[in-house]
Amino acid sequence: MTLFILKRLAQIIPVTLGVTLVVFLIMQMIPGDPAIILAGEGASQETVAELRENLGLNKPLAVQYTDYIKNLLQGDMGHSLKNNQPVFEEITARLPITIELAFYSILITIVLGLVAGIISAIRPYSFMDVGLMIVALLGISLPSFWLGILLMYLFSVQLHWLPVAGWDSAKHIILPAVTLGAGGAAIVARMTRSSMLEVVNQDYIRTAKAKGLKGYIIILKHALRNALIPVITVVGLQFGSLLGGTVLVESVFAVNGLGRMIVDAIRTRDIPIVQGGVLVASLIFVFINLFVDILYRIFNKRMDLN
Amino acid sequence: MDKVTTTIDHSVLVNARKASRKKNLVSFLNKIKKNKAAVAGGIIILLYILMFLIGPIIAPYDPFDVQLDQKLQGPSLDHLMGTDDKGRDILSRILYGSRLSLGVGISAVLFGGTIGTILGLISGYYGKWVDSIISRILDIMLAFPGILLALAIVSALGPSLINVTIAVGFFSIPMFARIVRGSTMEVKKLEYIDAVKTLGANDMTILIKHIFPNILSPIIVQASMRLATAILSAAGLSFLGLGAQPPSPEWGAMLSNGRDFLFTAPYMALFPGIMISILVLGFNLFGDGLRDALDPRMKN
Repeated sequence: MTLFILKRLAQIIPVTLGVTLVVFLIMQMIPGDPAIILAGEGASQETVAELRENLGLNKPLAVQYTDYIKNLLQGDMGHSLKNNQPVFEEITARLPITIELAFYSILITIVLGLVAGIISAIRPYSFMDVGLMIVALLGISLPSFWLGILLMYLFSVQLHWLPVAGWDSAKHIILPAVTLGAGGAAIVARMTRSSMLEVVNQDYIRTAKAKGLKGYIIILKHALRNALIPVITVVGLQFGSLLGGTVLVESVFAVNGLGRMIVDAIRTRDIPIVQGGVLVASLIFVFINLFVDILYRIFNKRMDLN
Repeated sequence: MDKVTTTIDHSVLVNARKASRKKNLVSFLNKIKKNKAAVAGGIIILLYILMFLIGPIIAPYDPFDVQLDQKLQGPSLDHLMGTDDKGRDILSRILYGSRLSLGVGISAVLFGGTIGTILGLISGYYGKWVDSIISRILDIMLAFPGILLALAIVSALGPSLINVTIAVGFFSIPMFARIVRGSTMEVKKLEYIDAVKTLGANDMTILIKHIFPNILSPIIVQASMRLATAILSAAGLSFLGLGAQPPSPEWGAMLSNGRDFLFTAPYMALFPGIMISILVLGFNLFGDGLRDALDPRMKN
């Protein structure tokens, strides 16, 4: 197991470097002279020249990238073009909110998804199963930003149960977390159902039934444990779209997290903020994938080490 | 003399494969017909394609015609889906918008699918260091969560519907490349590939004429699934104001505009959302059905 973890850690290094390279290259993709664009419309030639010098845009690309990595290692992600604040500080101020939102959303994804999937698998093709799976299919088809607006209309505008927007109390968390977690819950439910149905037909479950074990013990102790293996992978993958989804959901509910920061920065062409935000979100995703891989191995020891 | 024989043998082989492909197509259509989900999804998609084709012809009003005295009218016989904050007929905008929403999704998948397929074919066929390099690049692309890579690309290229198409297509590349790579690796080991190699076919001919047609099933399944994601992502980016710009009747942009009138005219956000959801549902149903019919191994 230690060997596996070390191997996976080693694999992360090139991917992490690659992610930084892509994020760095985003700056190069800007059509025209980045210094003029970054300086904004109407900036004087001196300002543009100064900015070019400060950003090191005169240097060869390889040198610029090496400088970028060196700065990153010192926690320097540059400065916001809007308010000249260090990007690192802007991110650390917003990140806890997004992590909190992501945490509650993934909780909803796992709990709702597993419960719905298990209920469906216990009585396949029953009224309940068909109903749940139709809801799950709708869950993966509804755009999160539209679901958010529908929930907002129902629970905030019509029923006045929950606040429309913001992030001040526990009540504020409910709608964004449900909106963000719903799509994932639908996928986990479908996955749990199909992997449990596969497991339920296996010999050892028949043996457990023959031993006279109670139905729910068989489901929870034997079937679910094995059915969880593919589900873990799906939850891990879901974390990626969940992190991407925060961009939309935070914008719908005016939550001041990392996602909304990136969108606002794109609108104002604050490229250093976009770069920093995308880089941090991607690195979090890379490490979550590592964690999921390790978890997967713990659950599935029979898997080939290589 | 040898050369002539080789040409004849090669064409015989190609004809045999063509006949076998025709047979496969018939059996594929039969399998699809038996799958209720795929049929339902297919009908939904066909209806949207119909809207794509004749939507602007049957639209009752000009979708860009601002009539401030008609603004924010609820659904009625005159305006079946009501009017927006500028008095424009929402139904007409929805009908025109189908070209944008469906068009962006299809173009993005075509773009990502083509590049992904080429990369996957090369990677799977040549193996060794070529495969290593391509696979590492794909790993890096997959390391970006959700639509963030698309967001980053739009941030550099600037907000527009074309840039959204490029961005969404770009982040579909690794999904196609992975699947094509795996399938190519399987197919290239088959005996008939050895046979065409012996007959002197070059790599390009083998890849295009002999491997590609045989890995079409997983590519089609993937394309159908990706279309759902691409339409959602593109609508999402337009919703954020990074795609279609006003007064474009793109559904994501219409939804975004409708959000500002949630208290006074909730139907403004309702109809574009329904249109996006049903279209995505159609592709999901069709993709699910296709996968079960074409490639049962991909199930789960």
